[in-house]
Amino acid sequence: MHGYANPARFLRIARWLTPVLLLSGLLITAGTMVYGLFLAPAERLQGETVRILFIHVPTVWLGMAGWSTIAISSLMELVWRHPLAALAARGAAVPGALFTALGLATGSIWGRPAWGTWWVWDGRLTSFLVLLFLYLGYIALAGAVSREGGSSRIPAIFGLVGAINIPIIHYSVLWWNSLHQPPSIGMGNSSMSPEFLWGLGAGVLGFSLLFGAVVLMRMRALLAEIQAEARLRRKALEA
Amino acid sequence: MSALLTILRRDLAMLLPGGRRGGTLLPLLFFLSVAMLFPFAVGPDAALLARTGGGIIWVAALLAAILPLDRLIAPDLDQGFFDQWALRGISEEAVVFMRVIAHWISFGPPLMIAALPAAALLGLDGASLRIVELGLLAGTPGLAAIGVMIAALTVGLRSGAALAGLLMIPLAVPLLIFGAGALATGGGSGIALTGAISLILVAMAPFAGGAAIRATRGG
Repeated sequence: MHGYANPARFLRIARWLTPVLLLSGLLITAGTMVYGLFLAPAERLQGETVRILFIHVPTVWLGMAGWSTIAISSLMELVWRHPLAALAARGAAVPGALFTALGLATGSIWGRPAWGTWWVWDGRLTSFLVLLFLYLGYIALAGAVSREGGSSRIPAIFGLVGAINIPIIHYSVLWWNSLHQPPSIGMGNSSMSPEFLWGLGAGVLGFSLLFGAVVLMRMRALLAEIQAEARLRRKALEA
Repeated sequence: MSALLTILRRDLAMLLPGGRRGGTLLPLLFFLSVAMLFPFAVGPDAALLARTGGGIIWVAALLAAILPLDRLIAPDLDQGFFDQWALRGISEEAVVFMRVIAHWISFGPPLMIAALPAAALLGLDGASLRIVELGLLAGTPGLAAIGVMIAALTVGLRSGAALAGLLMIPLAVPLLIFGAGALATGGGSGIALTGAISLILVAMAPFAGGAAIRATRGG
């Protein structure tokens, strides 16, 4: 793990890995979009509206994978003081929040024809909304800490606390929801037809590759910022 | 052990209403003013207020819990108390745990007392009031633990006060859901689950808070 702690080695790998992830991600995502929007058959009950599934499911998956990235990086930062872990966590926060917001937005747009309403206080929706606010809090905290020169372990602690809290939020809203009303619609996709399943798998893969590319780009930008600052400081000392 | 009790006594002298750190009654007054605000906003319909009153009290309690955050950790860190405690070999975790206890004593029971006039203003019946009070008893330790944790995380940041609210609200959602949810089921499991979440948070707070203080001190 610490083999990649050396920023120079990390940058050497990231330099060729970023375009590979970006291009393959763009290709697979574009292919999935074409397939999902034009080629896949319309669903029996929901008709054409079901096509938003091909955007909704990958974004929601990445919304959750984003916080997992933050949590694992935070653990590596706190336990092993891995020098790149803080950058990985910060790099994953903004795209993770964006995908969470996209997941909420596409779910809401889908909910309008499927459920007849933009928003229900259903367990899943509510816990995802809370996840979005956790992301926003994390981004604000990490930003304030890096602006004011605080320790990068501060946002890492919040990342871990948030990770412990997410299952609690998830189960608490499920329990709470069952008090007020039964869920408007089940997410029972177990009998999903293979053409949807494969399309979804490809969509998740494509979006994940794009996510990885964005995280690497953001990590490289953060590293460049640190290096520029260090160089300025060195120059100031020499002068 | 005696050192920890001394710290707890000192914390209480600081934080209890009328304590040396001042402004200790402000969260309670804020709580009452928020509870007073809702009838103005939704109208004085007694039936509606009685039905939503328990939830309003919970929201007011959560908002009031954000208010004292900036004076929980920051003054002691600025004055070097944490450095002194570290020199004495008292771990940050122990100090934070004492702080959670002291903060709860200065915040939980007074809030439960302040909930009585709030319940009267909102026209809650006796059964709902009992559930709200039991829920607050089970939930305020958790709120106190989140408060101390967030205070330790945002200490030393210029934008800390505004950040603290943003960080605290999503973490407090489970307490609010179970605490206010107990009203719909007539107590029982909801209050028990509020207590369970509280225990998890209280167990977590010393480690998260202690690590945050060490990180801020640059240790």
